[in-house]
This record gives sequence, C-alpha cells and structure tokens, in this order.
Amino acid sequence: MAEAVQKARVVRGRSRSSPRPFGALVWALPPIAALILFFLYPLALVVQQSFHPDTGGTSLQPYADVFASEGFRHALWTTVWLALASTAGCLVLGFLLALVIAFVPFPGAKAVARFIDVYLSFPSFLITLALLFIYGTTGIVGSFQFLTTPWGVLLAEVTYFTPFVMRPLLAAFSQLDTAQLEAASSLGARAPRIVRRVILPEALPALAAGGSLVLVLCLNEFGIVLFTGAKGVTTLPMLVYSKAILESDYPGACVVAVVNVLISVGLYGLYRVVSRRAGA
Amino acid sequence: MGIRFDSVTVAYDGNVVLDSLDLTVEPGEVMALLGPSGSGKTTALRAVAGFVRPASGRVFLGDRDVTDLPPYRRGIGMVVQQYALFPHLRVDENVAFGLRARKTPKGEIRGRVAEALEMTGMAAYARRFPRELSGGQQQRVAIARALAIRPDVLLLDEPLSALDAQLRSGMLAELARLHRELPDVSMLYVTHDQVEALTLADRIAVMDAAKLRACGTPRQLYRAPTDEFTASFVGGANLVPVTVGTGGVFFAGTEVKVDTDGVIPGAWATLCVRPHLVGLGEGPNQFIGTVTEIQWRGATHRLYVNVDGHTVMADLRELKNPPGLGDSVSLHFASEDAVLLPAGVSHG
Repeated sequence: MAEAVQKARVVRGRSRSSPRPFGALVWALPPIAALILFFLYPLALVVQQSFHPDTGGTSLQPYADVFASEGFRHALWTTVWLALASTAGCLVLGFLLALVIAFVPFPGAKAVARFIDVYLSFPSFLITLALLFIYGTTGIVGSFQFLTTPWGVLLAEVTYFTPFVMRPLLAAFSQLDTAQLEAASSLGARAPRIVRRVILPEALPALAAGGSLVLVLCLNEFGIVLFTGAKGVTTLPMLVYSKAILESDYPGACVVAVVNVLISVGLYGLYRVVSRRAGA
Repeated sequence: MGIRFDSVTVAYDGNVVLDSLDLTVEPGEVMALLGPSGSGKTTALRAVAGFVRPASGRVFLGDRDVTDLPPYRRGIGMVVQQYALFPHLRVDENVAFGLRARKTPKGEIRGRVAEALEMTGMAAYARRFPRELSGGQQQRVAIARALAIRPDVLLLDEPLSALDAQLRSGMLAELARLHRELPDVSMLYVTHDQVEALTLADRIAVMDAAKLRACGTPRQLYRAPTDEFTASFVGGANLVPVTVGTGGVFFAGTEVKVDTDGVIPGAWATLCVRPHLVGLGEGPNQFIGTVTEIQWRGATHRLYVNVDGHTVMADLRELKNPPGLGDSVSLHFASEDAVLLPAGVSHG
C-alpha cells in the first residue's frame, strides 16, 4: 500500500517537472491557430499593404507620402493629446465619483454603482448622440459650438469612458479595510489627508488598470469623433476611414493604421512601466 | 484622563445594541469590557472613539463632552484586532502618521517615532513594510502607532484575538508592562476572553445582550459574583438551584452551610461554586452523584457528575485512579467557597 502511494507520488512528480510536450501542444494549438488566423494574419496584411504603393512594387513611398502630409501630422497630434487629456479627465473625475459612491453614505449609492455596470455596455456613439440632443445645433439647451470642436470630443470621451475607471476603483474601494480609515481618523487625520495618504496609494493599481484601458480605447475611438461631427477634429482612426473609404488610398490608410497600432502599444507599454514605477 | 458613559444608548435601525450604559473608567485605570459577541462591548468602545453616534446619552473624556466631536478631534489611541496598519507605508511612517496628521513639528517626529517603537520593542523593524512582519509584530506596530500621539485614552478592541495562544500570553505581559510604564493612560480593553480580562484589568465590566451586567475588580467578580451570567462567564461556575433555609440552603437533600444574609428563608436561590473548589471524597457539604463524563486535561481531570438531575463540574488535580463512567462518587466543598446568587436562568 505504502509502496503504491510512493510510486504514484513519483509518477506525479515526474509529470509535473517535465510535462509531455505533445499534450501541452494539443491544448495550446487551437487558441494559437485562432489568434494567427483572425488577428495576426489580417494585421500582417495591413502591414504588407502599407509597403505597396498603388504604383506597384515594394517601397517606403507610402510612408514618406503620409509622413510628409500636414493632415497626418495634425491628426497624430490631435489623437495623442485628446487621448491623454481624456484619460487624465477620466482618472480625476472617476476617482472623485468613485470616492463619493464608496465612502459617502447616501441613499441609492448601491443603485448608482449598479448603473455604472449597465453604462459600460452602452455603445460610445449613444453618449455622443445624447450630448447632441442637449447641446447640439437643434438641442434642448440650445446650440453650443464647442460640441464640434476638440473640446466637444473631449467632453464626450470623458463622459463615456469615466465609468471604465470607476469600475475597477469601486472594486478596489470595496476591498479597502475600513479599519484603516478609522485608524487614520482617530490618529487625527481628516478626510482630505485620509484620501491622499490612505485611499489613493491603495487605489493606484486600480487607477493604473482603468487608466491604461481608457488610454488605449481613446486612442482608437471612432464613433464619438464621427458622431460629434467635428469637422476640424481628425484623429488617426478618422484618417484611416477617410483615406480608405473616401479617397480609396489603401496604402495610405494602412500606413496610418500601422502608426495607430504602434502608438497604442507604445503608449500602453509606457503607461504600464510608469505606473509600475509609481508602485502600482 | 478618565472615560465616562452617561446612559449611552446606541441603536441601529431600531435595534438597541447598547442599552443605557453607565460606566466610569478612572484616569490611569484599565477597564475590560468582557462579554460574548453581540453583547454591545465593541459598540461601547466605538462610541468612545467616535465611530458610532449614541441615540441618547453622553460620552465624556475627562470633563470634556465628546459626544458630538468627530473622531479626529478626540485624541484617542486605538488598536484593533486586525492591526489596520497602512500597507504601503513602512513601519516608521505608520507610526509617524498620527504625528503628521496632528501637525507635530518636523524635528520632533523622528524622536517620537523612535520612542514609540522602542517602547514596543520594534525599533529594529522601522524600515520594514507591514507585510514583512508577523502578526504579533504588526500588532506591536499598531500599538506604537497609537501611543506615538501620546493619547490619554487607549482603546483596545480584541487586540490579541488574531494571534495564536502562545503569542497571546506574551503580548498580554507586554500590555501589562506598557500599562506600568504609562500609568496615566486609561485603557478600555474589549475582549471576550476572560483570561485576558482577569490578567490585565483593574476592573471588569461584564456585558451581555446590550446591557452592563456587573462591574468590579477581577477578584470581586470571581470570588463574589452577583449574578448567574457573570459567575459563569468569568471563570466558569456550577450553578444549581437551591431552597433557602435559615443559616444554609438545601441541595439534593443535603444542607449546605452558606451565608444567607439578606435572603428570605424558603425562597429559591442559585448556589454558585467554582469547579476547581469542588473536592472528591468525604468532607463538609458532601453530596453523592453519578459520573456522566470524564475529561483528562493534562494537569487536571474534569468530572461531570449528575447530582439529583443537575450537572456538577469538578476540576481535580490529575487523578491516579479516576472513577469510571457511571460510578457513584462523593463531592464536597467548603462553605466559604460557595456564593448564593439570586435565582436566575438556571431555574429554567
């Protein structure tokens, strides 16, 4: 009996230290295949197309053309600052709102927290549409020109993406030990100090998670920019759309798309490095 | 600075969790609030700290009515069961937290932190993070943090409950030493553990079902409890219903000589005898019963003996030849070891 147990242990020990490569491959293959088929291959096509100008051959000409154009540089700048500003706005607003919902007892706080979940499932253009109904040219409040400026896009993005920051924050706040807040309070700390010195440090991972998500989503946001109808506001996704659909300049569109992807991945990576440095 | 509860009542949604508590903790005194969970003892402590608002009644710190003051203006040190250290701050920064919040001059903070850590024996761990410390060490840091602001009142809410038994007795000695070193600090010590209360407290307030049952020195409560709940909760007790005669009571057909001053002859009462004061064999106040259960506890044997339908417990020095189950045994106790209590639940 004891011998059998011994043997079983040895067998199990061996299988754990060196898993059979074949068995592992069987399980890993389907998801890898799906990833290649549905994600990497189309992406590779886009990259490939970006090196094939309409005049034929393989060259960097599309890149040179796109980088030289005023429109692209403007769109690049607009995309980046809008995304950064929106993320900053979402972080500040989301943190304050989550604080109120989590720590200021008011009737209906639970219901509001539930509504945040529902809000996340709304399509982004819906929010823009709602803003148009209120502030647009034929809106309830009256016509406000700012809606068709970058500030309108910023307002819409902050409005729509703030709940994406609040969700992880509320989860983090519910994990926070209220005894810590009480300890801080009886040690003589008032609310602002408690928020700054106790709550904020413990919310950093959640802020990093929510912030990086919102940053990437904002960089790639299309619906909001389209629906505000802001003529002067051209972001990279809008540029891809207009080049590909309106101007039939596929190589140009692919170049912009590649740049957009690189910026998304790059900024996201930078954000993670920075937030990890910050102790999150 | 003392603490005074002036008919403090606390209710949540109409549920009274603390019923008209009147209690005074003298300056420099250690008062234990002892009771089972849900007895209102933690609520009483939280009312002093400022985390629950009494529905009625006032709370005083010294002569100051603090009932309407927010926690941060009460100047109280508090230590809780789960330590509640700030996980992202190092030990010294945890201890400095209260000093910074109270705008202590910068130059003074370092010395005060060192002093508090020295007092709790944690000076060597100043640069550690809480997660790098054991439970006992974390609780020492929490105590240092509470003491760093030099409070006149220290509130301890089950501070040792999260520690294992061995550590607990060590920490108990530490707390007793701290009390000797800080003779002016009043301590309110909430616990459900009678050993902690008996060891540490100058006085014990026994609480049950939102009410204060009894308050006195550990010796008083142990030697001369005044009600059945206190007798059984503090130290454990045999509580048997008896009828009162003149100069004694009757139990299981035997007359027991006890002090019956102030009790009407013929009335029902409860006889209280501590299990370790019950002896085996012949003696005064002797009665006979059947052994129903026998537990060996190392240094002692505990016998459960059925006497006339009532279970009597006896803690005896380890027996060489313990009786068997169902054996008939004689038990006895000295008259001065028995206390007569007003009839209560044991008459069920």
